[in-house]
Amino acid sequence: MSRWAWDVVKVALVVMGLLGLPMVLMPEAVLSSIYRLQPETLEVALWPLRLVGLSMVFEAVGTVLQNALLGAGDTRRVMLTTIASQWLLFLPIAYMMGPFFGLGLTAATPLLALLLKLPVKLLPVMLIALAIGSFGATQIGLIAAALTARLRRSGILLAIIVLPLYLPLLIFGSGAVDAVRLGDSPRAALLLLAAQTLLLTTLAAPAAAAGLRIGSDNPP
Amino acid sequence: MRSAYAVNPLLRWFHQLGSPPYFHAFATRWMPWFGFAALLLTAIGLYLGFVVAPADYLQGESYRIIFIHVPSAWMSMFIYALMALNGAIALIWRIKLSEILFLSCAPIGAMFTAVTLITGMLWGKPTWGTYWEWDARLTSELALLFLYFGVIGLASAYEDARQGARAAAVLALVGVVNLPIIHFSVIWWNTLHQGDTVKLIGKSSIHPSMLWPLLILATAAKLYFVFALLLRARGTLLEQERAKHWVRDAIGERG
Repeated sequence: MSRWAWDVVKVALVVMGLLGLPMVLMPEAVLSSIYRLQPETLEVALWPLRLVGLSMVFEAVGTVLQNALLGAGDTRRVMLTTIASQWLLFLPIAYMMGPFFGLGLTAATPLLALLLKLPVKLLPVMLIALAIGSFGATQIGLIAAALTARLRRSGILLAIIVLPLYLPLLIFGSGAVDAVRLGDSPRAALLLLAAQTLLLTTLAAPAAAAGLRIGSDNPP
Repeated sequence: MRSAYAVNPLLRWFHQLGSPPYFHAFATRWMPWFGFAALLLTAIGLYLGFVVAPADYLQGESYRIIFIHVPSAWMSMFIYALMALNGAIALIWRIKLSEILFLSCAPIGAMFTAVTLITGMLWGKPTWGTYWEWDARLTSELALLFLYFGVIGLASAYEDARQGARAAAVLALVGVVNLPIIHFSVIWWNTLHQGDTVKLIGKSSIHPSMLWPLLILATAAKLYFVFALLLRARGTLLEQERAKHWVRDAIGERG
């Protein structure tokens, strides 16, 4: 069984390595073949694309191994590793690299820079809003998971349930980033975001407990 | 010592409504009245709104969709609040009829929300130049539609109807936070959608000739909602209680 997982890792290494090679060696050619870009935009995108090409291999190996563990049933280890790496590794390093050391767009979060063309001055408030908001989001996920735990084939239903509940968090989170972009203080939006997260944290556990008890011997 | 329940007729009537056979009789008796009243007021309101009221100085005739759009929007929020209230009662006191009323509110509310969104889109194209914009009010109203869908979907996904209703009630209560966001969205943010012209307290900035049809149609919408709610609740009640004697008697009576 574990040999099978390592075989898939080898496949992933080869495939992603081949795909990533042009991105690292000839980024201009790759970009020009897909998009029609201004020279300045092209300049900005070169280094992020190289980094994406390099990181693709590691990401692929990580994904394969993570899902192999999940398939084998060792979900707790995966969860702990993911949370620890996000909070103790990625977020602090991203903050250090970008705003703190002033290394700029490329060093901070290449994918973010590629996708959003985010100005560096917005990154701290965005990370703060993400930190607060994603904690609230996990509470929402907890409630939704508890309500649908008993059901078979609840995938789409879960998405429909969770989407409108995420919206208030998204509204105020992006409102905070928008405030900084316009030059205002993000304090109001961040406070409202924190208030929502606190409310969700307080209410999520009892709500999820009630949801889990539906249909059991001890209904809510 | 006589309890308030025995003395106060209103309280007694309220308790009696919780009994399925009584509610069935009540719904059967009053449903047509609400239906006809709704029909009558709708006819009057539409006449006043589409024929009598003058054209808008900016928008011309296209503003008249307001007489469908605004009452629907008011109803979409009102029904959600009522639904959440029924859900809370169902969760706390486990009253079967509250669960049924809760379930019956959801499709009606979803319909009003859909009408609001569609009429809003049709109105937006000539006035704003776009069918849709991701501004605060439109996005939160769309969220309301998804909340209704989630409630309906979750309740029907459970095999046991009562369990499904309870799960959906938890969901509906969590989603109540969306209502103030919709209502206050035009005050809190600079949105494309216009601000509040009709105020509950104080002077509204809308002309009386347009306000009256709006209020009449809003009342008509509420009467229609009661009619539809009684209709749905009665049907759901009969289906869930079909094993009971009173259902056989009730159906037997009718033929």
